[in-house]
Amino acid sequence: MEKVLTRNFGLENSHRLATYLKNKGYEAARKALTQMTPAQVIEEIKKSNLRGLGGAGFPTGMKWGFIPQANPKPKYLVVNGDEGEPGTFKDKYIFERDPHALLEGIIVTCYAIASHKAYVYVRGEYVKSMQTLQAAIDEANSSGYLGKGIMGTTFDLDVVVHPGAGAYICGEETALLESLEGKKGFPRLRPPFPAVVGLFGCPTVINNVETLACVGPIIANGGGWFAKLGSPKNGGNRLFCVSGHVNKPGVYELPNGTTLRAIIYEHAGGVPNGRKLKAVIPGGISAPVLTADEIDVKMDFDSLKSIGSMAGSGGIIVMDDTTDMVWAAMVAARFFAHESCGQCSPCREGSGWVYNNLKKLYHGGARPHDLANLPGIIGNIGGNTICAFGDAVTMSVGSYVLKFREEFENKIKERVCRI
Amino acid sequence: MPNLTIDGQKIEVPAGTTILQAAEKLGIEIPRYCYHPALPVAGNCRICMVEVEKQPKLQIACYTPVAAGMVVKTNSPKVLEARKTVLEFLLVNHPLDCPVCDQAGECKLQDYYMEHGQYDSRLASVKVKKEKKAFSIGPTVMLDQERCILCTRCVRFTDHITQTCEFGVFERGDHSQVDVYPGKELDNKYSGNVVDICPVGALTDKDFRFKCRVWYLDHTRSVCPGCSMGCNIDIDWDKSRPHTQKKERVMRLKPRHNPNVNNYWICDSGRYNYHFIDENRILSPQYLDKLVPWSEAVERIAEILQSTKPERIGVLASAQLTNEDLFVIRKLFKETLKAHVDFKAPERPGDSDDFLIKADKNPNTAGALAILGAQADAQTIVQKARQGELDLLYVFGHDLVKLFGEETVAQIARKVKLFVFQGSNINDTCGYAHLNLPGSVYAEKDGTFTNCQQRVQRIRPAFFPLGDSKGDWEIVSLLAGQLGSPLSYKDSQDVFNDIAKTVAGFAGMSYEKISDQGMVLKK
Repeated sequence: MEKVLTRNFGLENSHRLATYLKNKGYEAARKALTQMTPAQVIEEIKKSNLRGLGGAGFPTGMKWGFIPQANPKPKYLVVNGDEGEPGTFKDKYIFERDPHALLEGIIVTCYAIASHKAYVYVRGEYVKSMQTLQAAIDEANSSGYLGKGIMGTTFDLDVVVHPGAGAYICGEETALLESLEGKKGFPRLRPPFPAVVGLFGCPTVINNVETLACVGPIIANGGGWFAKLGSPKNGGNRLFCVSGHVNKPGVYELPNGTTLRAIIYEHAGGVPNGRKLKAVIPGGISAPVLTADEIDVKMDFDSLKSIGSMAGSGGIIVMDDTTDMVWAAMVAARFFAHESCGQCSPCREGSGWVYNNLKKLYHGGARPHDLANLPGIIGNIGGNTICAFGDAVTMSVGSYVLKFREEFENKIKERVCRI
Repeated sequence: MPNLTIDGQKIEVPAGTTILQAAEKLGIEIPRYCYHPALPVAGNCRICMVEVEKQPKLQIACYTPVAAGMVVKTNSPKVLEARKTVLEFLLVNHPLDCPVCDQAGECKLQDYYMEHGQYDSRLASVKVKKEKKAFSIGPTVMLDQERCILCTRCVRFTDHITQTCEFGVFERGDHSQVDVYPGKELDNKYSGNVVDICPVGALTDKDFRFKCRVWYLDHTRSVCPGCSMGCNIDIDWDKSRPHTQKKERVMRLKPRHNPNVNNYWICDSGRYNYHFIDENRILSPQYLDKLVPWSEAVERIAEILQSTKPERIGVLASAQLTNEDLFVIRKLFKETLKAHVDFKAPERPGDSDDFLIKADKNPNTAGALAILGAQADAQTIVQKARQGELDLLYVFGHDLVKLFGEETVAQIARKVKLFVFQGSNINDTCGYAHLNLPGSVYAEKDGTFTNCQQRVQRIRPAFFPLGDSKGDWEIVSLLAGQLGSPLSYKDSQDVFNDIAKTVAGFAGMSYEKISDQGMVLKK
């Protein structure tokens, strides 16, 4: 299999400019800047079927095309490196092992959307990532790959690293913009979408780190080449982050469309100690959980959607038969209750209510109506909120109750408070 | 102008109108907590969600602009269910303290629960405990974070209207709480408005707390007399509960919406300026140190008037009086008696800003100018009185002691034959006046004020004058009768109709036409 995103990961000093240049580094950017028009770049990305790897899977080329070029305001690229989705740890590897691949993607993207400033919003805890990225930016700046007149062309670009401050919601693109502007991370009402009114009120593209890391190789090898690597409508490879009950947890670069079974058993070494697989979260904690029977699904955006889950951020959390699914649901709910930004009422009040209910179910003291009410309460959050966080609560926590109902009922039978 | 259908009714509205505003035009009220017409849209409460055909999700009516051919349903089963749902969420952590909550009776949680909720409770028994309950956040307002539904109206008010930015939302999730920033107090000139816009009992007014249940209140439409802006207000009063503190009749003042004047707001000094209505009032005519009936009081004045020349009569009217009062003063003193009438006192300009607060603290300066004409300062009349050139000095409301000093007023009292003070409240001048006449306050009057924009606005009587006090123009009428030149006005409207006939600026006006929004004087 051809490595795209991890092609430099194993090299010594892979984060240094010299290493990157030795391996055809910045040639894609040079090609874009000197031989292609911005429209041709966007066309190539569209051809590649590259989709947003932060979790939403929105076609990247189409997103760039939304930037209104007639708008006289400056345009911005914002790189989402907040990576807060539990079970996800891929962007960290790109920051630390191949920051120049990200920078090259940023240069091409900014050229395509006529932006001269890019902000990289990095998860606050990722101190090493920020240091590595900053060092790479400094190297690129002093060698003419960033700054004024990049690589002898007339194209200027500044890249700014901005640390996050620990809120999960700041990975939501409009909350991230608010945070970047120095405000509390509250998602914005849409429309207008960021492509029209984004950072500081200007047209803005927000892309995930991994998405941008794909851009260089696409320009170098062509959109068609990239499209062929993956599923029909989901080109290329992606980084799957496997954690939980597997023998070899870690980041695996595999083509979109690889089955979940193959990822767990062929690549991540299967479930340890001969235990049985019970459930898998396929795309970060927001993705609805899958049962062991559903792991023949192909890991791409459309296939997972068709079975009622989502590819999300590529964070695969594997649970074996020792896992208490009521506990797992409670942990997910606790996360959502803790991270709900509190702006709109269904999510603010609902996420805490769901967590309290599950706490009762797990720790005892719940009555049958607590379980009976739970799906309704969970269901009332999604679809009624400002951002997708509410949908995530409904989809994800709801899936545990739906698919492992028996375990929830057993909890009540075991520990019901019979007054 | 997009055409759309809301609940089967067709309407055409300008582009950019929201569904909520369009529905309002059709008389359909979509429930709302965070939406306030004078504040930027926050879209956080979610209670205004409506069904829009061809949209998979419900849309918030406060934010969604209308589009041509849009079909909106505001009462479909899906919408009603969503409303119930949102209410239930808002009540998850809301304390059940309605019996001790000041907002009860005008609380949107209560109202919408009765209208759209009424579900069987499935709420958890444990609620999130928040730190600040009955917590003072400034000189005027108390905060209860547990009652707060985080609609952020108060935050947006202080961010966008006063731009004083005292409020913020702190913490996250169901621990979110509205609070003032550390080290800050809610201490601005418009702070009381946050209580009005708070849809629940989270922000309550220290001045009103626990004074009266709102369902005992009667409301009278009036105009604030605190300055020349003439902000529209509601006088909220109660006479059925005489056990309340100090037997006050007025419980509170609330701003009344007038887009041309004060929009939805009033300043704090106007809001809390009502205690004088029931405090320190002159309750009966008093001649020297003896209470006298009205008949004797007017007789005393008539005696002097009949035995003196016009140039020895000085009248100091006031821009605190209504147009009707001033017109009757003009009729009797200027036109019939040809006396020297003036109204301007050398007052120091008061506090002002570029929003609602005006330096001229009189509610009717423009009206006084239109009716009595541009005058010299009161100084002239006072000088004359002091030098013994007047037999009668008739002062309406002005505290001459404050304006000219004790010595001057004492001198006047010695020099003039009769020194009349007519006013609602006792001040230092009363002690020097020979005859004190009890006038009524604005809350007891029917009439009009003309504000600094030349807008003539109605005030209405909330209740009868206290004690033996009477409306100012009625007292002057009484005197006219005594003098044998009766003015036969039956009521204020009658006086006003005469003003409209006589004073050019008021031409074509009537109480009906003035209505609730006022009418601007003609140039």
